[in-house]
Amino acid sequence: MLARSGEGSLLLIAPTGGGKTLAGFLPSLVELADGAHEGLHTLYVSPLKALAADIKRNLGAPIVEMGLPIRVEDRTGDTSYTQKRRQRADPPHILLTTPESLALLVSYEDAPRIFKGVQRIIVDEIHALAESKRGDQLMLALSRIQTMSPDLRRVGLSATVEDPAAIARSLARHPDPCPIVLADAGPDPDISMLLTDERPPWSGGGAKYSIPAVLDLVRTHKTTLIFHNTRAQAEIYFHNLWLANEDSLPIGIHHGSLSKDQRANVEAAMVRGDLRAIVCTGSLDLGIDWGDVDLVVQIGAPKNVKRLIQRIGRANHRYNAPSKAVLVPANRFEVVECVAALEAAKAHDLDGDPKGAGPRDVLCQHILIAACSGPFDATQLYQEITTVGAFSGLSRAAFDDCLDFCATGGYALRAYDQWKRLKQTDGLWHLRDPRAAARIRMNIGTIFDTETLKVKFRRSAKTLGEVEESFAASLTPGDTFLIGGQIVRYEGLNQLVVEVSREKGRSPKVATFNGTKFATSTQLSQRILRMFSQDDWPALPAHTAQWLHLQREVSKLPETGRILVETFPQDGREHMVVYGFAGVNAHRTLGLILTRRMEATGLNPLGFVVTDYALMIWGLTPVTDVDPLFDPQNLRDGLETWLAGNAVMKRTFRVAATVAGLIERNTRQGRKSGRQATFSSDILYDTLAKYDPDHLMLRITREEAMRGLVDFARIEDMLERTKGFVDHVTLDRVTPLAAPLFLEPGRIPVFGEGREKLLQDAAAALMKDAGLSTL
Amino acid sequence: MTDHSFTLANAQLRARPDGTLWWPDERLLCVSDLHLGKSERIARRGGTLLPPYETRETLWRLDEAVSATAPATVICLGDSFDDLGAALAVSDETRTTLARLQAGRDWVWIEGNHDPGPVDLGGRHLREFKMHALAFRHIAAVTVPDGEGEISGHYHPKAAIRGAGRRPCFLSNAARLILPAFGAYTGGMSARDPVLADLMGPEALAILTGKRAFPVPVAACAIR
Repeated sequence: MLARSGEGSLLLIAPTGGGKTLAGFLPSLVELADGAHEGLHTLYVSPLKALAADIKRNLGAPIVEMGLPIRVEDRTGDTSYTQKRRQRADPPHILLTTPESLALLVSYEDAPRIFKGVQRIIVDEIHALAESKRGDQLMLALSRIQTMSPDLRRVGLSATVEDPAAIARSLARHPDPCPIVLADAGPDPDISMLLTDERPPWSGGGAKYSIPAVLDLVRTHKTTLIFHNTRAQAEIYFHNLWLANEDSLPIGIHHGSLSKDQRANVEAAMVRGDLRAIVCTGSLDLGIDWGDVDLVVQIGAPKNVKRLIQRIGRANHRYNAPSKAVLVPANRFEVVECVAALEAAKAHDLDGDPKGAGPRDVLCQHILIAACSGPFDATQLYQEITTVGAFSGLSRAAFDDCLDFCATGGYALRAYDQWKRLKQTDGLWHLRDPRAAARIRMNIGTIFDTETLKVKFRRSAKTLGEVEESFAASLTPGDTFLIGGQIVRYEGLNQLVVEVSREKGRSPKVATFNGTKFATSTQLSQRILRMFSQDDWPALPAHTAQWLHLQREVSKLPETGRILVETFPQDGREHMVVYGFAGVNAHRTLGLILTRRMEATGLNPLGFVVTDYALMIWGLTPVTDVDPLFDPQNLRDGLETWLAGNAVMKRTFRVAATVAGLIERNTRQGRKSGRQATFSSDILYDTLAKYDPDHLMLRITREEAMRGLVDFARIEDMLERTKGFVDHVTLDRVTPLAAPLFLEPGRIPVFGEGREKLLQDAAAALMKDAGLSTL
Repeated sequence: MTDHSFTLANAQLRARPDGTLWWPDERLLCVSDLHLGKSERIARRGGTLLPPYETRETLWRLDEAVSATAPATVICLGDSFDDLGAALAVSDETRTTLARLQAGRDWVWIEGNHDPGPVDLGGRHLREFKMHALAFRHIAAVTVPDGEGEISGHYHPKAAIRGAGRRPCFLSNAARLILPAFGAYTGGMSARDPVLADLMGPEALAILTGKRAFPVPVAACAIR
């Protein structure tokens, strides 16, 4: 680090742990040692407040011991008002902060004075920031600071990632180069797939069969982390693990739906070395360093190789000893997925969807922040923004669009030209009403803590549990689902709470609320498709290889360049299976669009079910001509109609419009008082959709939903990959690859003509039985 | 029939599902809290720039109600404009629409707390309006004299029951009727809020708006 401290930008990649943070500070300590520097020298930005506090402690001790004349302070949402004021008047040498607090600091009129002499900025866990809008906001703030202090050097610290060059590009001042330093990653991890005498089941995600073998592993290792893909699966597995835990090995559980206290207890027990294993989810992906973990078990296919590698990095930080990990497939198809993931990990072929261009809602907020700090020249600001990697391709027209939105609202109807938010005077843009600055500052940030929603009985304070937002968005009143071991009926969404009522003795319509979050990555899906094209599969266990051979004999194996569609009757219903390999989210969207279209063309669909690799629709009428269903234009039109009234769109709109400054965040005060001064953002969405459908906010909303919950981007990928070539195989019975779909939970019903017909038939049969059919 | 019919001080009234009140015997249509020009007022005061379509949307809905009932009298029960500045700044389009709606009928602007002064937009401007035993005012009075009925707005009542989300509602009891807010950009206050509970008493009914107007006891509604 010291040797390269002069670089304008530098990215340090080291596996999880490994002391890279302190390495990042070394040049700062050296440069500050002589006490000659006045004011701010180094900014440290991390995604977690807790990390900033941690660094303050870790850095403080050596500075005091060595008697260095260096002042280190943190500044986060938790810092007191007086402390923050003092920091502005007299900044410390090293300031530890978060992207949001930094953006706020940049918005002050005295920002140029505060940042004048700053020499270095260290961005910690940059791989985590780079995945969200927080990273975009941070890099925009950096572009402002760089203008105030042209000598600023940037250092990024990252865990192992698939595309270091992409992170480097996002860090550096575009088009400057950004050298990458790869710390010695140590030996390759020792990853294997768990082979048990008992064969994995055909479907499901519980992997209950593996419990005796996993307990053996826990017994023979010091500390084991047992990762799951969803919270619900972690809960069930933990429960079953304890039922089989005859030695009473101390095993804990840690996931995001648990209360803070529960999590803190488990973390403390772990640090004390009291636990032999923790059943956990992604909640342990970031942050605290676990010293003594010597085995990582991944239950269920990892879905994403990069995440797998980062999780494995949690085991064994001793130098030169390989990290050890075991993959446990939960069902037969996951055997294939696990083998594909093993091969990808060996080949260092990490995945990750390429990040799109810089999000424009964040850009709008940045323009408002710039206006808060003082008058600006549009061309200068535009040029400054294009030095940010993610915005380097931003056209002037797109920038002007955003500037116009900030200044006038950007509406087709120019109702209040006299009441602009920004005005231009002598060529410089500024706030028309200086009072607006305080309101804009209160709304800085891109984090929305609404990824999961609480579920409660109506008029009850007790939380039953939490469901993912995408699941809540897919519910309509009357739907029933399982939560905390009981069946409940969805009543409605109220103030970010899913309200339900008790439902006795019926099977849930929607069986599960999990598994909607992570779809198998595009790269991994592609690898599986390539595996399918092999003549034989020596790497697979015999039972799985035979299964694939049988599929090839009876029908076909899916190919990269074509969409395989099978149709066959089974149990008196006509079935259509689409092997899209586009992930569960995209398949769910595809299922909704296709069944809607099938309903319109009289194919009487009754329901569908999705997995990461396929979509199966059943109905009353056989599908003989599949081509029109997969016509790209038809699919896109279907999406437009379906989206317009969809709750996903309204939620996406709310986030984008809040980030862009159209809607102000609800203050705690406002939420408490019964009187709602504000009205629902849904009203704004409906109004815009009716009177101004091409408005910037609606365009942004559509783009975001496509990439996010709707995941239409992967349907587009599939169409692009296959050029719409459909292989339609007509069979007289179910195929080997389709069979597990019949056991898959989470069947989604279609309420249409098909169901009406079934009812009428049943009614007619009853009349006939009663001898009334001739009446 | 999608309206809800009821009697107040011997007058036969109908709460319509669009949130307007219809008095067939007098051919009188009453709406409350239009809050025209809300986006303009928020922008003028340095707030955000909301889509400036709420006036158009609100008047479009009012137009629908007027066309459906062909009233002799229209009463706007106060807070018709988000503030007096908004009333002064109305566009030519709004002015034309209002003139068309007012043609051939008595049009009464009751003053509200947001729009206390007279407006130059046709019609009469009153603090209060009385017809037979009914008094029309913006904010409910502390007491209503025996034998009289009072019709007011101001509180933007909303209520929710099982199976239906929170929606604007009328509140009614033996002496009073409170209208829901008619404006497009209006929030609301729970029918179970203590302020409204004190005013309306335990026997009050909430008449929910939507596809049909239907009454439910306020006591059976959700608290928030």
